[in-house]
Amino acid sequence: MSVNTPSKLEKMLKAGHQAVTSECGPPRGSAAEEIKEKAELIKDHVDAINITDNQTSVTRLCSLASCIHLKLAGLEPILQMVTRDRNRIAMQSDILGAASFDINNILCLSGDHQSFGDCSEGQNVHDLDSMQLIQTVRHMRDEGKFLGGDDIKRPPDMFVGAAANPFADPYEIRVPRLAKKVAAGVEFIQTQCIFNLDKFEQWLGEARDRGLLEQVYILAGLTPLKSAGMAKYMKNRVPGMDVPDEVVERIAGVPKEKQAEEGVKMCIESVQRLKDVEGVHGFHVMAIEWEEKVPEIVEGAGLYPRPKLD
Amino acid sequence: MIVANGKPLEEIIEVVKDHRKILVAGCNECVTVCEVGGSKEVGILASALRLHFLNQGIDAQVGETTLQRQCDREYVVGAREEVEPHDIVVSIACGVGCQFMAEEYDTMPVVPGVNTSFMGGALERGIWSERCQGCGACVLATTAGICPVSRCAKRVLNGPCGGSTKGKCEISKDLDCAWQLIVDRLKSLGRLEDYETLAPIKDWTTDRAGGPRTRVKEEVAS
Repeated sequence: MSVNTPSKLEKMLKAGHQAVTSECGPPRGSAAEEIKEKAELIKDHVDAINITDNQTSVTRLCSLASCIHLKLAGLEPILQMVTRDRNRIAMQSDILGAASFDINNILCLSGDHQSFGDCSEGQNVHDLDSMQLIQTVRHMRDEGKFLGGDDIKRPPDMFVGAAANPFADPYEIRVPRLAKKVAAGVEFIQTQCIFNLDKFEQWLGEARDRGLLEQVYILAGLTPLKSAGMAKYMKNRVPGMDVPDEVVERIAGVPKEKQAEEGVKMCIESVQRLKDVEGVHGFHVMAIEWEEKVPEIVEGAGLYPRPKLD
Repeated sequence: MIVANGKPLEEIIEVVKDHRKILVAGCNECVTVCEVGGSKEVGILASALRLHFLNQGIDAQVGETTLQRQCDREYVVGAREEVEPHDIVVSIACGVGCQFMAEEYDTMPVVPGVNTSFMGGALERGIWSERCQGCGACVLATTAGICPVSRCAKRVLNGPCGGSTKGKCEISKDLDCAWQLIVDRLKSLGRLEDYETLAPIKDWTTDRAGGPRTRVKEEVAS
């Protein structure tokens, strides 16, 4: 793992600290204050903030502009980029746009299918897939060249990430798929929300056996559950999500008004269990439209104050 | 074969309602096999149109013909005597046949009676499934004979995406995840290790991205 970008996230990981990231969804309008206010709530408790790219295919203020707002406010954004909406010209162009503001982190994703969103009658692009986007950013950064072969003046200097879902099917290729992303050049991974900790640890163990843990920083993805209803929804309705029955039973077992508190408690317990697991280099806390809970989780898990970098 | 779906009758009526000499033209090839545009369906559509005009008290003639192949100029030209006495043709061949008819008869309106959908095959009687999008650079040799371009909703060449659940696609529980099928078949072939070969960034110039395509076979082209 010999990357050396100006990314604060990379520096934190390289220094051997457990990193903490979180994410904010941009607003459905042009009021930049909304994204800045969300980021302000969590900025002292995280090292970098993902900005989602039209998540669930619902049209929003763009990830790039939102990242610029955060960067100008002195924060460390992670530009999420999905391959659904843009071809290779637009993606390379947006990468340069981000680099022009010294945005130093990118997360390469394929994106949810557009049928889930507000433009279900639209086309998708998928000129590249997420692995090929990883390769593209690495090529632009390391070779200083566009995909077309021409030189880039002042290439992007980005720490390159991707998602991994240890729970999606088919299980037998979950670790080979991670290996493939590593081969494509990914440098950090943020995982899908982990509710099945045993299965996550099994996945990590298999990744260790293949020597992958030395090649990529893995941030464990965690989401606090707000209610038993949310637990059931995620279990039954969200593709690729593994919420074990005991998790649903535990949150359903407390009175409704105490469920949010229980959800936060469960999230903190997950961090505490995973903190010392080999290969876990940090946490990606996805408090969906519940950003104000991130500080409580980070503090409760003993990850606050955040280490200072020199 | 090329698979099509019949257009709603109301949509066809809306287009032909001011005409009085209508020819319904079928095709003996793909659309006959997928039971939407052969001589049988020509008869059904022509009868429905006649009934419509009868109910409206309109005196209109609805003719019927089925060409051997509407995508073949030889047969399209050969239909001249049947076509010319009419004032509109409803083609229930695929979009190719409909356009070949229009190109040949430049003063005759030619309108489609079907929606051309995809290249595929019959899983069983009455059920057709997509298998090819004609990208012009076939990758089946590296994907265990299952096409991610036509069968994955995101056409990911290095799949599956995170939405694959219990063998199904994130967009529908009724749709197989192409990458689950690929992984299963790689296993059956004893080639699961091939999964880890990265599919390179695709050159889409042979796809529609490169503009409308023409194929020339030099030995036979005059």
